[in-house]
Amino acid sequence: MDQQTELLQTALYDLHVELGAKMVPFAGYAMPVQYPLGVKGEHLHTRAKAGLFDVSHMGQVRLTGENRVAELEKLVPGDIAILKPGRTRYSAFTNDDGTILDDLMITNAGDSLFLVINAACKDDDIVHMRANLGDGVSLEEIDDRALMALQGPEAAEVLARFAPAVADLKFMSFAEIEIAGIACFVTRSGYTGEDGYEISVPNAQADALARKLLAEEEVEAIGLGARDSLRLEAGLCLYGNDIDTTTTPVEGDLNWIINKRRRAEGGFKGADIILDQLANGADRKRVGIKPEGKAPAREHTPILNADGEEIGEITSGGFGPTVDGPIAMGYVAIEFSKPGTKIDLMVRGKARPAEVVELPFAPHRYFRG
Amino acid sequence: MAKKFSQEHEWIEFEGGVATVGITDYAQQSLGDIVYVELPDVGKKLTKDGDAAVVESVKAASDVYAPLDGEIVEINEELDANPALVNEAPETEGWFFKMSLSDESQLDELMDEAAYKEFVEGL
Repeated sequence: MDQQTELLQTALYDLHVELGAKMVPFAGYAMPVQYPLGVKGEHLHTRAKAGLFDVSHMGQVRLTGENRVAELEKLVPGDIAILKPGRTRYSAFTNDDGTILDDLMITNAGDSLFLVINAACKDDDIVHMRANLGDGVSLEEIDDRALMALQGPEAAEVLARFAPAVADLKFMSFAEIEIAGIACFVTRSGYTGEDGYEISVPNAQADALARKLLAEEEVEAIGLGARDSLRLEAGLCLYGNDIDTTTTPVEGDLNWIINKRRRAEGGFKGADIILDQLANGADRKRVGIKPEGKAPAREHTPILNADGEEIGEITSGGFGPTVDGPIAMGYVAIEFSKPGTKIDLMVRGKARPAEVVELPFAPHRYFRG
Repeated sequence: MAKKFSQEHEWIEFEGGVATVGITDYAQQSLGDIVYVELPDVGKKLTKDGDAAVVESVKAASDVYAPLDGEIVEINEELDANPALVNEAPETEGWFFKMSLSDESQLDELMDEAAYKEFVEGL
């Protein structure tokens, strides 16, 4: 319990405890890993109806100043200049080695850029930005707002009851909208593969808004356990597992985040290495992996070829409740990255057959209008 | 003989020279939804506190240790098709394996139900 008291608490901490959540330390915060419904039940509920996630541990940052777009573009391979007001893009901070410091969401909020960064990386990201964003850009760490996600096929219908305007937002769009009278930043995005929203709300009103949403019959509270199984089924990377400072965007199968103009112009950290890999290929690649049978293969499981030689490693692996079986992602040597390639996974000293497959495991159901 | 319990949250029921082993209700609750159970082969020799089985929830894999020295004589095949039995009926139909014992006196080192209950409450 001593450990628990030293942890940071989000604005929804009391609510989690009241709901009977099992709280665990995560990136310095006490976070709900699951509620009484359980990981599997929470996962299936989110795919069937709507789930509410507390993701307030993530960092929210606002960049202002005339040069904000050009300066941020020095740190990410995405085309930020092309982002219209109200549009959001997934990107990554790269370093001089061409590997990934963090992945993030970048929104053009009109008079500013609004960034959402990973909890475990946020302090380093802020240091990195302060050190590298030149004059004429100010960085504001937004620590007075909570962040929650409402995800699932019924998320739009539920949220529209409190704010009709959210119905018109398209996937990867942003608007400042009052929800039940509370001023929120709403992005139609998420980390589950489902339609849904991420909602930035003042800390003081977060608990009230969460309770309103949870009072709707379609909505259940969802913990980090199901958040992980949902994103894995959706084929989405977890920073620290699937991408990190040992992987480039090309190796991570994230070529699509290196936009056309940036490919031509470069000008972001590690561009020489990343653009060379884009042109000439990388030695390895992140792929989807479907183990045969029922045994899950967890992270760090060695991947072998038919001759028993190690060709890679699982970076995320577990059980997909929607798939109803084991699923995984990992890196393999490039010659084994084609879907349909048979591989073996070394689980507890035994080679078990598996196959390289296309991601995602569960189809994305985003609202593109 | 009445059920015995280990500190690793296994229950052991010894009858007719064979010990039936499973995990306790407390264990299944802390593990959450069980999606896969890997059982030892029949004939495998077990050493007390050595690896015996693996139980996997959505989130993680956990080892199940042998509560006693002995040899596997039967495994619960039902768990392959329906691992959720461990959640639904951990101390009855959700048993893991049956083993013969090399040293029945080891049973005396295990807790009875009252002692186990007290042990769990202290966690």
